[in-house]
Amino acid sequence: MKLEPLGDSAVVATLGSGIDPATLASVLRCAEAVAAARGKGIVDVVPAYSTVTVFYDPAQFSPSAGDAFDQVCRFVSSCAARERGRAREATGRTVDIPVCYGGDLGPDLGLVAERAGMEEAAAAALHCGADYLVYAIGFAPGFPYLGGLPAALHTPRRDTPRSRVAAGSVGIAGGQTGVYPLESPGGWQIVGRTPLALFSAARKPAALLVPGDRVRFREISKAEFDSWK
Amino acid sequence: MEVSVIRAGMLTTVQDLGRRGHLAEGVPMGGAADPFALRVANLLVGNPEDSPGLEITLTGPELEFSEAGWVAVCGARFEGMPAWRPFHVEAGGRLRFGRLLQGCRAFLSVSGGFDVEPVLGGRGTFPAAGLGGFQGRALRGGDILKSSPSRGAPTGHWSIDERILPHYSNEPGVRVVPGLHAGDYGDALHSGRFEVTLESSRMGIRLSGPRLMRPGGGDLVSAAVAPGTIQVPPDGNPIVLMADAQTLGGYPRVAHVIAADLPLVAQLAPGDSLRFVRTTLAEAHALVHAREHNLGLLRQGLAEKIRPA
Repeated sequence: MKLEPLGDSAVVATLGSGIDPATLASVLRCAEAVAAARGKGIVDVVPAYSTVTVFYDPAQFSPSAGDAFDQVCRFVSSCAARERGRAREATGRTVDIPVCYGGDLGPDLGLVAERAGMEEAAAAALHCGADYLVYAIGFAPGFPYLGGLPAALHTPRRDTPRSRVAAGSVGIAGGQTGVYPLESPGGWQIVGRTPLALFSAARKPAALLVPGDRVRFREISKAEFDSWK
Repeated sequence: MEVSVIRAGMLTTVQDLGRRGHLAEGVPMGGAADPFALRVANLLVGNPEDSPGLEITLTGPELEFSEAGWVAVCGARFEGMPAWRPFHVEAGGRLRFGRLLQGCRAFLSVSGGFDVEPVLGGRGTFPAAGLGGFQGRALRGGDILKSSPSRGAPTGHWSIDERILPHYSNEPGVRVVPGLHAGDYGDALHSGRFEVTLESSRMGIRLSGPRLMRPGGGDLVSAAVAPGTIQVPPDGNPIVLMADAQTLGGYPRVAHVIAADLPLVAQLAPGDSLRFVRTTLAEAHALVHAREHNLGLLRQGLAEKIRPA
């Protein structure tokens, strides 16, 4: 595990170099252990892909006890050591996300299908047929970065981002797929839309997905999409 | 007390000191872009320092107060507006901001603090997600804010020791510690001044100046970023991430503005410039302790100057 400063109020622990389920599992174990230990002066913990970033408040570390960065590094190392080897299979959760593909709700499905050399329906079926893993939540509140997109569907971002992407839009960017929880600008290729709310401040937790969740997309008709509203 | 918004100004939002514990859900810390100014504004009117106040950007609002009370405005300075000291407003009185004299963001606290519901552990506004603050959005003319009961009233004649204030400037030297990818950029970040562009916001201060080009490049795996992180997109123009920045970033991080100097960046308006000065983590932490020590002295001093309600 490599520990480095992220400015004067956070430490980044890097637990691997690639994007793979085993690295993510170590990252999640470490993040959980840090969060559970509730160390003094530790204010937040962010797991993402191969890193755990631990935010601290330097004001809460007495200078007489030594350098705050060193203290936080020791704390993170001890949390990680305690958890190492403990078996943990992601979150063990699989979340089913209904998606209406193509048409007005997925205006870029045609382009993605054309690049893959298949009909739109086949591209949608391929997107639905895969198992995805949530590697991180970020970009926007509740936005999941999903790994596991079949290679045929890999498509670069749009040259010009849209100024407005609707909430629930399911997108593709390179080898990643994700879902916009809130209306926002965005450059991902939009292949469909889910009626599920991926983020709601009134809900606890506010984000539907957490890193380590598995995701399955399920194709629904426009009529079924409309009936969710 | 009710505070009616007659005119909102360019961008006025309710802000506190931000959220904790929701970064992993993609919710930024948010809160005051210049937390020091908000903390002092609150202390000056007898509030806990994390009480919600107004963050006022470039042009000030016009506000009407339903009852008499105390107000403090800290951070950016406006013509005709007392700065860094509490002043009394009458029942039915109106507060108008003149022209901006210095800085970019002023923080207004009323005795008692604005009464808004906490959302995800914070009372600050995050307009991109429509959450927190007053209805999840910037204030508009016609809005009516409520304040909580006052906890005290300032007495006597005194003024704050200005030596504890940040050295605000429209061309500051801002101290940074190196980022993970500092080595890829050589001395470029320190080779000249950078100008603040019009595209700057609470998400990030976008700069133009010497281009920061990275040999090779290649994609990075997204990881957490923080307010103060200086990211370099492929066009070579650095961005200093601010309170509402997204929680993960995939661009190289050349450096990080230290916490003690982030208020200096928050007070830069488009057209202002800055240069980056190297410092160490130890110095950055020492400056945080010095700031807390000064705020401690201010709290002690104010304990005798504010009569409990």
